[in-house]
Amino acid sequence: MSLKIDQDYGRFRNIVRGKIREGLRKYISQGDMIGRKGKDLVSIPIPQIDIPRFTFDGRHSGGVGQGEGEVGDSMGGTPQEGDGSGKAGKGEGQHMLEVDITLDELADILGQELELPDIKNKGQSKIRSSKDRYTGIRRTGPESLRHFKRTYRESLRRAIASGGYDKDAPMLIPQHEDKRYRSWRETTEPVANAVIIYMMDVSGSMGDEQKEIVRIESFWIDTWLRRQYRGLESRYIIHDAVAREVDRDTFFHTRESGGTMISSAYRLAAKLIDQEYPPDQWNIYPFHFSDGDNWSMDDTLSCIEILRKQILPDVNMFAYGQVESPYGSGQFIKDLREHLGDDQRVVTSEIEDKNAIVASIKDFLGKGN
Amino acid sequence: MPQPTSRTSLPPYLRQEQERIEAAARAAGLDFFPVIFEMLSYDQINEIAAYGGFPNRYPHWRFGMDYERLSKSNEYGLSKIYELVINNNPAIAYLLEGNSLTDQKLVMCHVYGHVDFFKNNFAFRSTDLNATGKVINPVLQGEHYKPNRKWVDRIANHGATVRRIIDRQGIDEVEKFIDNCLSLENLIDPYSPFMVRSEGPKEEEEPRPVEVPRLRAKSYMDKFINPEEYIEEQRQVLEAKQKDKRGKYPREPVQAVLGFLLNHAPLERWERAVLAIIRDEAYYFSPQIQTKIMNEGWASYWHSRLMTEGVCNASEIVDYADNNAAVMATSGGQLNPYKLGVELYRSIEERWNRGQFGRDWEQCDDLDRKRNWDLRLGLGKEKLFEVRRLYNDVTFIDEFLTPEFAIDHKLFNFEWSKRHEQYEIATREFKKVKEKLLTQLTNLGSPFLYVDDANFENRGELLLTHKHRGVDLRHDYSQAAMSALVRVWKRPVCLRTVLEGKPSMLRFDGKEHTSVQEAAAE
Repeated sequence: MSLKIDQDYGRFRNIVRGKIREGLRKYISQGDMIGRKGKDLVSIPIPQIDIPRFTFDGRHSGGVGQGEGEVGDSMGGTPQEGDGSGKAGKGEGQHMLEVDITLDELADILGQELELPDIKNKGQSKIRSSKDRYTGIRRTGPESLRHFKRTYRESLRRAIASGGYDKDAPMLIPQHEDKRYRSWRETTEPVANAVIIYMMDVSGSMGDEQKEIVRIESFWIDTWLRRQYRGLESRYIIHDAVAREVDRDTFFHTRESGGTMISSAYRLAAKLIDQEYPPDQWNIYPFHFSDGDNWSMDDTLSCIEILRKQILPDVNMFAYGQVESPYGSGQFIKDLREHLGDDQRVVTSEIEDKNAIVASIKDFLGKGN
Repeated sequence: MPQPTSRTSLPPYLRQEQERIEAAARAAGLDFFPVIFEMLSYDQINEIAAYGGFPNRYPHWRFGMDYERLSKSNEYGLSKIYELVINNNPAIAYLLEGNSLTDQKLVMCHVYGHVDFFKNNFAFRSTDLNATGKVINPVLQGEHYKPNRKWVDRIANHGATVRRIIDRQGIDEVEKFIDNCLSLENLIDPYSPFMVRSEGPKEEEEPRPVEVPRLRAKSYMDKFINPEEYIEEQRQVLEAKQKDKRGKYPREPVQAVLGFLLNHAPLERWERAVLAIIRDEAYYFSPQIQTKIMNEGWASYWHSRLMTEGVCNASEIVDYADNNAAVMATSGGQLNPYKLGVELYRSIEERWNRGQFGRDWEQCDDLDRKRNWDLRLGLGKEKLFEVRRLYNDVTFIDEFLTPEFAIDHKLFNFEWSKRHEQYEIATREFKKVKEKLLTQLTNLGSPFLYVDDANFENRGELLLTHKHRGVDLRHDYSQAAMSALVRVWKRPVCLRTVLEGKPSMLRFDGKEHTSVQEAAAE
């Protein structure tokens, strides 16, 4: 049922969205501020929205209470503002307001704030979704779908036929059998599909902080791409000297100590695409994060070979994010740029710390591939 | 009275209860407007509550925010709106669908208490309207005038007016202006509806020669006690002051800032209309803030009397007691206005029944005798009805909160302890407790701000003065409110206040906030 409040509520939500946009960079670099709530909702703390008035500085001004206790005893807990009983001052410093918004809304805000372009859809879309379309007229239905014109016509026809129509006082009272309603048919529409293949170096040189950066960044990439494609899948590959596919949880929490052979991950990704994601039907986004250390130049060269021959022809974009770590040499990004720098599908980004995440997201998603 | 049936009207079994309760309330001596109950679902009641009880109001995002807060705290089971009744004739009250019968009865009894209070308490007289729906000054009416209180219509009309303005000006502009007006909403003088002002400008009086007050002295001592030079000096000071005042507008500081702006700010037509609406509604809600403790106490007093003296049947009494206890609970040392109010009424009733008032009582020092004081006067009920007619929270607490009451109900002051980083009980001393309570209730809990000069420094700037009573203004909010003032006044605005013990002058010129410490004024 629609309520009168809906419009006011909508305008309030707009203000909330504005506040989130203002603080977006902060939310991005401090990923833990955003709480997940179920499948499609997140909750975000924003500064209290209020109408400022001339009022007393209520901080620590005290008040009157009731109950047991000696002078000097704690009140137990923080007294809250009573409901309008006229207590001095409302705010105790910075109140935060927890607001829930959907991931779609969050993605829109991200898109607007970072000026991300919509993605050009490449796949041919095999998955279809159903949608209701109003196509016809029928005799029964809910009042909200009543077709006024048709109902009027029926009523007029009946009145004339029964001789009850007076053209000087043309009043019509539609009877039950006059009423006509819109009816609908379900149609199916194609939906774009996309898959993100996350790859991460979990060798000894990638510390917790580096993984945290990857986790935050992948959350935002997920959110944005999910907004662009309805059926988004994510796959996760970790590698040190060998690569294997894991679930999301393992992806972010594994730490190995071995050496690093990036080619192993690329090989596995290529295999995955080859077997499960035919490129004419899927939009494919491999993201690779590492600290830029690779075992040998030979391996780096075979990485580039795999990219050029197997991966790049099939994907929308290949993204490489290099997280700065105290142990990594940071060589890999230079090699990539040297060999593949002029390929439009390759995007590289260096992420020095959490504050650089925003810029890096923009690097990755700013092209609209 | 036959009522039109609609989707929200009461089912027959509740209509029956309503009739029974109404009869019981009338028999108990309550005197109320007719009451219309409506039955609403959660969604609907949250919506109505967000709109302050009114089915139609002007559009504004703040109502949407309240709605979200209400429905959220509802979902999480933090709070449940128990009763919602509006001061209107006929009064309109809402019941929540799905509440138990005991709850519904409790709410109905409570509502009849409120409606009796709306009809009879003097503060609500300022919400009387005349036949054409204009606010009238109750003081200027005869003894038995017949006002109406069609506020539901009036506030719906406000909504229609604002919507029309929005159609012309665009929602963003209008809503922003409403934000500004709401920032100034509390700058009203709660007692001004009862003041009688002479029409038109006062006769310009011939300036009288200044007379310097002299100390009394025998004639031969006069020239020593009141030396000529000193008198001359004082005369000059006083003359300068008088001259100052003559050119000043307003002559005397005006507390009803909102009304002053409405009359004197250079507003566009639509802006004036919006400001008038905000002000009108601020005055409408002011009696409810003025009598929160009394009103809730009165309604609670009567629901407990009515429920336990016939409305409840034996099987419901435990449920009733349970719910009543929840409403009356004080948690974490908080003062609950329902509880404080109802206990004060009970104490008044008992005191006047036993004759515990008047000179003999006041002058009695013997605690034991006071405890057992009983003249069997039986004046309690009469006194109660008198109190509910003639008092507001401030006078109510001032007159009836006795040291004995404060001890019996364990009242205390709490303060923030810097050392322990927590609120602590500061004192149980009666005088201080009462003083704190009264301070919080004074002027609807808002600071005293006055328009001091509408042409400050001869630059058309608005000077407000804050009468500082021990607590500073909240600085960030003051700055924001001053921005709103500038938007309305359209010239720079100054505020004279005290910050951390030092007299200060805040100024906002539309771009920049400045704050200057002033030399201590006289």
